[in-house]
Amino acid sequence: MIRYILQRLFGMIVVMALVVTIVFVIVRVTPGDPAAVMLGPEATQQDIAELRTKLGLDQSLGLQYVYYIGQLLQGDLGQSIFLNQPVTSALAERAEPTFFLTLFSILIASGIALPIGIYAAYRRGSFVDQAATTLAMLAASIPSFWLGLILIQFLAVRLGWFPVSGYGGPGSTFVERMYHLTLPAIALGVVSSALILRFTRASMLDVLGDDFIRTARAKGLGERRVVMKHALKNALIPILTIIGLTAAVLISGAVVTETVFGLPGVGNLVVSAVLRRDYPVIQGALLVIAALYVLINFAIDMLYLLVDPRVRY
Amino acid sequence: MKSSVRIALLLGTALVASTSFAFAQEKGGVINVATVGEPPTLDPMASTADLVGIVSQHMFETLYTFDKDWKPTPLLAAAMPDISADGKTYTIKLRSGVKFHDGTDMDATDVVASLDRWTKTASRGKQTATTIAGIEAVDATTVKISLTTPYAPLVSLLAFNNSAAIVLPSEKQAEPMVDFVGTGPYKLKERKADQYIQLERYDGYVSPEGESNGYGGARHQYADEIRFVPVPDPNTRVEAAVSGQYDYVDSIPVESFDRVKGSSASEPVMLQPFGWPVFVLNSGNGMTKNLELRKAIRTALSMEDMMAAAFGSTDFYALDAALYPSQYVWRTEAGTEGGYNVADPEKAAELLKAAGYKGEPLRILTSRQYEFHYKMAQVAAEYLKLAGFTVDLQVVDWATLTQRRADPTLWDIYITHSPFLPEPALIGMMSTKAPGNWDTPARAKAVDAFNAESDAGKRVTLWADVQKVIYEEVPFIKIGDFNALSAKTKTLDGVSPAPWPYFWNASIKK
Repeated sequence: MIRYILQRLFGMIVVMALVVTIVFVIVRVTPGDPAAVMLGPEATQQDIAELRTKLGLDQSLGLQYVYYIGQLLQGDLGQSIFLNQPVTSALAERAEPTFFLTLFSILIASGIALPIGIYAAYRRGSFVDQAATTLAMLAASIPSFWLGLILIQFLAVRLGWFPVSGYGGPGSTFVERMYHLTLPAIALGVVSSALILRFTRASMLDVLGDDFIRTARAKGLGERRVVMKHALKNALIPILTIIGLTAAVLISGAVVTETVFGLPGVGNLVVSAVLRRDYPVIQGALLVIAALYVLINFAIDMLYLLVDPRVRY
Repeated sequence: MKSSVRIALLLGTALVASTSFAFAQEKGGVINVATVGEPPTLDPMASTADLVGIVSQHMFETLYTFDKDWKPTPLLAAAMPDISADGKTYTIKLRSGVKFHDGTDMDATDVVASLDRWTKTASRGKQTATTIAGIEAVDATTVKISLTTPYAPLVSLLAFNNSAAIVLPSEKQAEPMVDFVGTGPYKLKERKADQYIQLERYDGYVSPEGESNGYGGARHQYADEIRFVPVPDPNTRVEAAVSGQYDYVDSIPVESFDRVKGSSASEPVMLQPFGWPVFVLNSGNGMTKNLELRKAIRTALSMEDMMAAAFGSTDFYALDAALYPSQYVWRTEAGTEGGYNVADPEKAAELLKAAGYKGEPLRILTSRQYEFHYKMAQVAAEYLKLAGFTVDLQVVDWATLTQRRADPTLWDIYITHSPFLPEPALIGMMSTKAPGNWDTPARAKAVDAFNAESDAGKRVTLWADVQKVIYEEVPFIKIGDFNALSAKTKTLDGVSPAPWPYFWNASIKK
């Protein structure tokens, strides 16, 4: 088991080193100049060149890379060119909305997908199964920004139940901030539920056909116990994996949804940083996102250890 | 006096009294403003972006500003400058009693230090620095600016909120800006990037005297706070306007006019006209260095079709060859005959042949960040193809466009737009350092004469000469006038349509 954990840890380090280098190179070779964006449309070429020098962007790519790696090794993700603050604190500020948006979206998605997926598998071929499969396909086809705009029109504009956008003003309480997350969480939750539902159904169908389920039934166990204890427990691995990966996608920034709802989350930060070419923020955010992916995958691997005893050996 | 007359007079007096009471603006409340995004900085010297000016003009002030007729008017200065007979010395008397947000008094030392920072860091300041011989404090309330040559746009440059000559405390001149301490009616309370910029009323503010007049005159500070909230998605801004979530929603698509008009919470605010889309031609390099070819491009284009594609209805645009619309003193038709909305690809083809064009690709840089730029580019490309051009339409994001246009070997035309600026000398494209690389003897003669003349009447005549040269040499092509649409709630009073909306005279009806 220790060897299994060490292997996973080594893999994590290699992945992160590759991510740092690839992101640095891609960000620098992409056309666009943060100095030109900062100075605005009326700036002259001379102004832009001066600011580039000030920002150290006139140095060779190799030198900039060495300097960046040196910073990283000291735990410093750098200073945002536009936000007048370190990248770490910019990311820390964005963590709350993104984390809770992810949490609520996953809760909504799982709340929809798990019961329906389990029931659809149990009643395979029934009306409920066919309706669930059709709805899942529909939900998977809906762009979250479109659903977001529809929710805004009906629940925010017409009924006035929710704010259209934002994350609460100065001094807003935790509850008020969470209230602002309701519509985006529904939009993301509904769209994300489709994938989880399909995986739940497929995984449960696999397990329900196994011999041990027939044995359990032959032993006279109630259907509820057979499905919820024996079948679901064995179907959980792919379901957990897909929930974990969905969480990773959402936490790395539900880019479009955050932009549509004007949420100051990680996705919004990355989009505005890309548009402005705020190199340190793009690099820092992608690095943290990659680290989150790697950690979530690691956590899923560790969950396998708990759920599936075969992995331990 | 008959009793009926007396009653009528009493009623009249009561009506007048009640009317003025109803119109009295109420103090208090928070004005929430939805903006198009997060400004790249809050230092208005450091950027020429409009969004920076919109937010920062509430915190920082300049020596002068503009009234509703776009004439410079004193702000931190006590009066218009005393200009020497040779036009080379500007003596500026400052208002006394003005306090910075840190409680210290503003005096000439602060102004000299700030103007020094402006000439070293701000784009417009650096351009102006070439004509400045010295800036000195004569006494605590008087500043003298000496020029090497007469330069009439100086006061307008000192008044502009874009790349602005703001006044900061002499000991708080760090670059980049660390302390956001100005003299404005509102001071910075908190900035949470991408969430809000919170400004609160500055109680020590000393307003200029006189009736409010455009950006000039009295600044009333009715609201307790102004909050600028970035709402980057245009569709969300429309929904926010319809729902009334924000008191003011800046820059919404013109197609949403009817929706906002039908809203019970908000109403449209139309600035008519706001600005002009423009095709900048690379006058100094490549194929567009050839004047005949530049004329062929202009002859081929249909401004009418481009504006219709970009803005839909004539409610939102107008065809106009003059570089300034009728609302400005600068308006003139001089030189425009036969140079606007020609839409004659056959004639353009003849000019193209005469120019010796050999089918090289005409590289047009445009961006979808401003959808109307892209729509105009598509129409233009078709007309240019009809004239015989090989068109290479390069659609990139705005950051890439601003980088590419800085390299004169990479493009032939780029598409941009500008609000109508109060003073023609502020139009960046007229500078030889601008990306269009327009640098000819005719330009120098006309522009230098215009910049050197200090008499307002004569400057209007000289601007006509500049416009003639622009139409003769085609360094850029004006496409038309377009309106800007914003929205405000029905409870927000005191906001006038403006290219850089301001809220110090705005109040919330309770």
